[in-house]
Amino acid sequence: MIRRLFARRPSLLPRDAGGEPWLVSLIAVLCFLACLSAVGALAADRAAHGWARQLRSEATVQVRPRVGETGAEAAARAAETLSGVPGVAEAEAMDRKTAEALLRPWLGDAVLPDLPIPHLVTVRLDKAAPASAVSLSRALASAGLDASVDDHSLWRADVERSAALITVLAMVAFLLTAGAAGAAVAYATRAGLAAQTGVIETLSLNGASDSAIAGLYQTRYGVLAAVAGGIGAAVAMVLVAGLRFLGGAEGVTPALPLMWRDVLILSPCPLLAATVALAAARFTALARLKGHR
Amino acid sequence: MPVQPRRATPSAPATDTVRLSGVGFGYAATHRALRDINLTLPSGSFHFLTGPSGAGKSTLLKLLTLQERPDAGSLHLFGEDAGQAPRRDLPAFRRRIGVVFQDFRLLDHLSVFENVALPLRLAGGRADAYAADVGEMLAWVGLGDRMDDRPPSLSGGEQQRLAIARAVVAGPELILADEPTGSVDAKMGDRLLKLFQSLNRLGATVLIASHDEALAKRSGATVLRLEGGRLNGGQG
Repeated sequence: MIRRLFARRPSLLPRDAGGEPWLVSLIAVLCFLACLSAVGALAADRAAHGWARQLRSEATVQVRPRVGETGAEAAARAAETLSGVPGVAEAEAMDRKTAEALLRPWLGDAVLPDLPIPHLVTVRLDKAAPASAVSLSRALASAGLDASVDDHSLWRADVERSAALITVLAMVAFLLTAGAAGAAVAYATRAGLAAQTGVIETLSLNGASDSAIAGLYQTRYGVLAAVAGGIGAAVAMVLVAGLRFLGGAEGVTPALPLMWRDVLILSPCPLLAATVALAAARFTALARLKGHR
Repeated sequence: MPVQPRRATPSAPATDTVRLSGVGFGYAATHRALRDINLTLPSGSFHFLTGPSGAGKSTLLKLLTLQERPDAGSLHLFGEDAGQAPRRDLPAFRRRIGVVFQDFRLLDHLSVFENVALPLRLAGGRADAYAADVGEMLAWVGLGDRMDDRPPSLSGGEQQRLAIARAVVAGPELILADEPTGSVDAKMGDRLLKLFQSLNRLGATVLIASHDEALAKRSGATVLRLEGGRLNGGQG
């Protein structure tokens, strides 16, 4: 009798030996995919912000020489003018060799000597208080230079829009995965209630409330989802850690820069999976039990 | 078998445990399983319900356990209108009723001990609070040495005694039994009858549905006869 006092009380629901391993596998796979979505969204957001930050801190000026002035002279004068503008850290005229080096991968060597290459000035802006495109244009006009300023705002907007889109898509993927896990638990709960009608009736006739019966399913599938979530998250953690290890600080590709903290971010996955399962099992069980006598 | 059941905790003595007035019920519109049933079971009374197969005995017990609701008339349990009670109130009624089902309805995945402890556990009891009561109850029905076994390993008679132990362990005010001697021999039938009589003496209201009219007569209890869905005799 003493042994009985300290023994853990068995669940009032019989084990569903056939369906539960299947459900654990399914939820583990869904959690793995959800973890990859979350890490993908983080990395894409990080890459986009890095690129946008880089674009924000630079501007490019194209100078058109006046009559009697060479392109190189006009570019040098523009660089000198821009160096004195507040918010500019450094301005440097791009020589022809550097410009040709940039174009070589696309055009090859053959056409470069005859190609009219624009005269450019690269401007590095003060990160704390960057000069605006308008102030750069004004300074150039005041110095009598015919030039156009590109502050990369067009590119930057595209990059930021793409990053936002990737983040939203990853969030949608994450929510759909969570929804699929919830649907799987709801289906399992319905199947369990249907298969265990006799047990449910016996519990009910012995004084169990609908809430208590729903609580049994809630506990069963909550624990099961937590285990499955742990398995899915552990596999995703190993994968992310492996990619970070292989790719170093830059990640395996600049478009997917991974960090060690991304591995830790996956740790709440079992808790989230259990929460989704608890809610799905409870609502499904209560809805089904309402139809019972 | 040592008889040491717990005393039932009846409601106010003046209140009838069961009162049915003009109750009717049908599983289909064309077939009425029960018609115009008028029945009162005073607190602490002992009744047998007899009748041929299909007479409506099991249906009447289903109404009393609130598995079905009457579609005509009124059903009062413990002085409260149970026929119209919302679903959320059913557990409170059912915790005051102990039921011995014809097919026992034991939970095969639980041990003998856990099966008997079920009503106490569902009522929120702690294992350390009810372990002694359950052990005593199992000893009382002669299953003290089978606590860790599963129901499928028990004989029909043992399963029947287990079902009875579960029905009475929480000290219900109303005990309903559907053919409780159906799968035991005459000797065991008499022992089970004595068990129900002991519970009745301790204050429980008992209603036993049975084919066994001889047993009903031997019991000395009021016999109600159900035929064609109508109640004859007793208070019918």
